[in-house]
Amino acid sequence: MPAIKNLDDLKRIREEALEKRKVKTAAGQIEVIVGMGTCGIAAGARDTMKAILEDIQSNNRVGIVVKQTGCIGLCEKEPIVQVVIGDQAKVTYGKVSPEVARQILKDHVADGKVVQNHIVTL
Amino acid sequence: MRELSLHVLDIVENSIAAQARTVEIAIREDNHLDRMYLRVCDDGTGMDEATAAAVVDPFVTSRTTRKVGLGIPLLKAAAEACNGALQLHSTIGKGTDLEVEFQLSHIDRMPLGDIASTMLNLVIAKPDIHFIFRYQVDDRAYVFDDGPVKQELDGIPLSDPMIITYLREELESGIQMLQAEPA
Repeated sequence: MPAIKNLDDLKRIREEALEKRKVKTAAGQIEVIVGMGTCGIAAGARDTMKAILEDIQSNNRVGIVVKQTGCIGLCEKEPIVQVVIGDQAKVTYGKVSPEVARQILKDHVADGKVVQNHIVTL
Repeated sequence: MRELSLHVLDIVENSIAAQARTVEIAIREDNHLDRMYLRVCDDGTGMDEATAAAVVDPFVTSRTTRKVGLGIPLLKAAAEACNGALQLHSTIGKGTDLEVEFQLSHIDRMPLGDIASTMLNLVIAKPDIHFIFRYQVDDRAYVFDDGPVKQELDGIPLSDPMIITYLREELESGIQMLQAEPA
């Protein structure tokens, strides 16, 4: 992977990413949302987020939008991660350790198989 | 929370909830004065005096009207345990300015911790917010303004693998340079 050193490199990366996204959009946008309220952070949400970003980097997973949100009222289930793929229903996972986060990216985001044992019913 | 950088993540969440568009995060370590300062400044909706007082000490407000969490009181308690203090200034329509200071050498002062992860997390997971990060150790400083990057990318997810690599290297090298002993 070429290193980016300045804004000119960013422009080039942007063009490349746009091309890749054209292919991806057909399959539907993928969003991964991490709960980052006080409860989430205290439960380790930053480590979960870190693991997600590192996994995207090391496995070169393109077309994923990672976002954070505040407390959604399920503090005891934090860290919480939600996955939305295209127009499919949102899937909410609880107690998402870095390890579980990597499993979600691999099984659910990449292969489309929901990680059943970490689902939280809202 | 075990790290000041986790508090940063938490305090910024308040700015986000207040619809801030720009959030400035400044950390300053002054070895001569033996103080450590953290300032989070936003252009969000702001609060009136009563609300600003309530978020600092939620135990004096009535539960039914309480819309605040424990994030700020936790940070305030941590600062006061280290010869420090927390100050909050807010103006409706202008924004909120939170400043907290610690005695740098105090045995109970929590470490800054992984501030690079905190900033990477915020910059990527809050694409619509403009972050300006300043970190100063004595007379040396590192500034990261994500405005140019976010404008340049314009629509490309910041969570693209190459962008994460770029941002991580930028933040980690800038922060590590400050934390290394001066030559």
